[in-house]
Amino acid sequence: MTDTIAVKADHLFKVFGRRPKDAVRQLREGASRADIAGLGTAAVIDASFEVRTGEIFVVMGLSGSGKSTLIRMLNGLLDTTSGSVSIGGDPITGIAPARLREVRRKRVSMVFQHFALLPHRTVLDNVAYGLEIQGVPKAERLERARRTVAVVGLDGWADSYPSALSGGMQQRVGLARALTADTDVLLMDEAFSALDPLIRREMQEQLLELQAELGKTIIFITHDLNEAMFLGDRIAVMRDGRIVQVGTPEDILTDPANDYVAQFVQDVDRARVLTAGNVMERPRLVVSESTGPRTALRTMRDGYASGVYVVGRDRKLLGVVRDRDAMRQLQKGETSLTPVIRPVPQAVSVDDLLIDLFIPAVESPVPLAVLDGEGRLVGVIPRVTLLAALGPGSAATGELTLPVSPTVIDELLATSDPEITDGSTEVR
Amino acid sequence: MDGFRIPVGAWADDALDWAKDTFAVVFDAVDVAFEWMVLSLTDLLMLVPAVALILVLAVIGWVFRSWQLALGTVASFLLIIAMDQWETSIQTLALVLVSAAIAIVVAVPLGILAAKNATASAIMRPVLDFMQTMPAFVYLIPAITFFSIGVVPGVVATIIFSLPPGVRFTELGIRGVDTERVEAGHAFGATPGQILRGIQLPLAAPTIMAGINQVIMLALSMAVIAGLAGADGLGKEVAAAIATLNVPRGVEAGLSVVVLAIFLDRVTSALGTPADHRHSLRSILRRRRAATSAP
Repeated sequence: MTDTIAVKADHLFKVFGRRPKDAVRQLREGASRADIAGLGTAAVIDASFEVRTGEIFVVMGLSGSGKSTLIRMLNGLLDTTSGSVSIGGDPITGIAPARLREVRRKRVSMVFQHFALLPHRTVLDNVAYGLEIQGVPKAERLERARRTVAVVGLDGWADSYPSALSGGMQQRVGLARALTADTDVLLMDEAFSALDPLIRREMQEQLLELQAELGKTIIFITHDLNEAMFLGDRIAVMRDGRIVQVGTPEDILTDPANDYVAQFVQDVDRARVLTAGNVMERPRLVVSESTGPRTALRTMRDGYASGVYVVGRDRKLLGVVRDRDAMRQLQKGETSLTPVIRPVPQAVSVDDLLIDLFIPAVESPVPLAVLDGEGRLVGVIPRVTLLAALGPGSAATGELTLPVSPTVIDELLATSDPEITDGSTEVR
Repeated sequence: MDGFRIPVGAWADDALDWAKDTFAVVFDAVDVAFEWMVLSLTDLLMLVPAVALILVLAVIGWVFRSWQLALGTVASFLLIIAMDQWETSIQTLALVLVSAAIAIVVAVPLGILAAKNATASAIMRPVLDFMQTMPAFVYLIPAITFFSIGVVPGVVATIIFSLPPGVRFTELGIRGVDTERVEAGHAFGATPGQILRGIQLPLAAPTIMAGINQVIMLALSMAVIAGLAGADGLGKEVAAAIATLNVPRGVEAGLSVVVLAIFLDRVTSALGTPADHRHSLRSILRRRRAATSAP
């Protein structure tokens, strides 16, 4: 992702009705959607945003929030009532039809909710449609179409008709058609909403893979917050025609702009949005490789843990030392920890989603180690932290209070209650 | 109300007279052209031996529908020959084909215009209603005033009468094309012409073909009435049978009309719905081609 702007929307308004211009003027002066109902229906109100080259920008909102209208203004399928759109610096609004067609051929393609394939053409001819419109010679366009058909995993279906394909496969054809047109910007209008959940997840993952490979700028419309959180580098939340918040999935989850967004995100599957980096804590149970077993044991005792991480001089994680091994080293009179360092099979990366941390967390005897790209230990995630991160609110990921030391409890019990031994036998 | 009367009929008559004088050249040209088309087609069809023509029709039936239709075509058209109505049937067939072809050539573009332009649609709708509800015989009167007795007034009346469903079905078909698919055309930068040819017309084709079927069926029903205006063919036979209360002649001519009607209906209704006719020669060949080209 670079910092160049691929798509820029500037104060967009769209009002359907008899007197749209008057309605826009009143909306600018602060009238609400209901106030101007007599003049027309305001579908999009004062929407401004910039989409960076190579990012997936998700516009999220319930039906009637104006998101489909918004995306159709981005490639001129709908005229703007007011405001301007530019793609790669070229204006889309207020230009001649021929110029607009040129921009659509070269700059921006689209994937539709109900696929919008042409039933009388084969898969290959559907995929080649954009090139056909661009006037690319037949042999070349079929060759290029065949390549994208393979990219989306539909080898062997090129000569079938769309009616022979399942919904997910048809949408792959829709995606391949848009990719073949070889535009920088891809508009996806509820592209996966008509698919059943398993296929939808598969398509989302495939889209991310393709995006990583091809680096397209994607504007994705959805009403499904989980989808928005999964796909979006940034998300714009729309309500009643207005954009109420633009931010990264984490921003929207942890710092909702208003009650509406907060209410919206409370049902989101946080485990699929938050990453290890979002919830990890400062590692405390860490010793340097150069320290001896005595220091390691002391650290473990202070942290009530049965193991401690060992890092090298550059903070690279070397492994973990268990309490028993450290004690054995101490009893043998050894001063080095190196022989008893065990590998850490469960180390996770800062970018891993919480959903992928549960199994490692269960299997790990010590809090999960979180590593950065260079293998340095940057944080740990105790199991409680992982659980707490799933609840609503941002305070839940703060530092946790440690339990009181068992020796302190023993002393307290011994002094205040003489029946301690009876009590403990009963429990046994 | 005594003595008060709006002379609509007289006005219409005046208007027709005025039109006849003013556009005489146009009417003469139309007269010559239509007559030439129908008579040439009739001559052409009569040139072919009857049995050969029946075989051609049977093959057409098989290509678009089924071998059953092909067999039925052979049997029923042989019956026409046996009833000695072959020439009159061919005359009627030529009249129907020419009229329907002209009606379709006019109707489909009008339907496209109506689908694209709300104003055009609003203007056309009442005109089409008028054309369809006016009793068919009435068209013969001005047609005869313009073109005198013969085959041409029959053609003109048939065109006017059979035109409306062609326009209506075309408009309906194009308006009925899924908006997302049309948007897809726009989104990839297609021109309106490319969208019409590549998306709207192909997707509206079944509906347009249903309209064409209707045009042909209405043309056949009107072509019989055209016999009253002196057009040669089965209509003239029927008219003569009525005038002389000749039951055998009436039944034979009527049966021939039924045979033509069934053949034209079955073939044209199958044109737009190839998927419904899996045993047509066309579907069989397409499947075979698909099977050989598949890896």
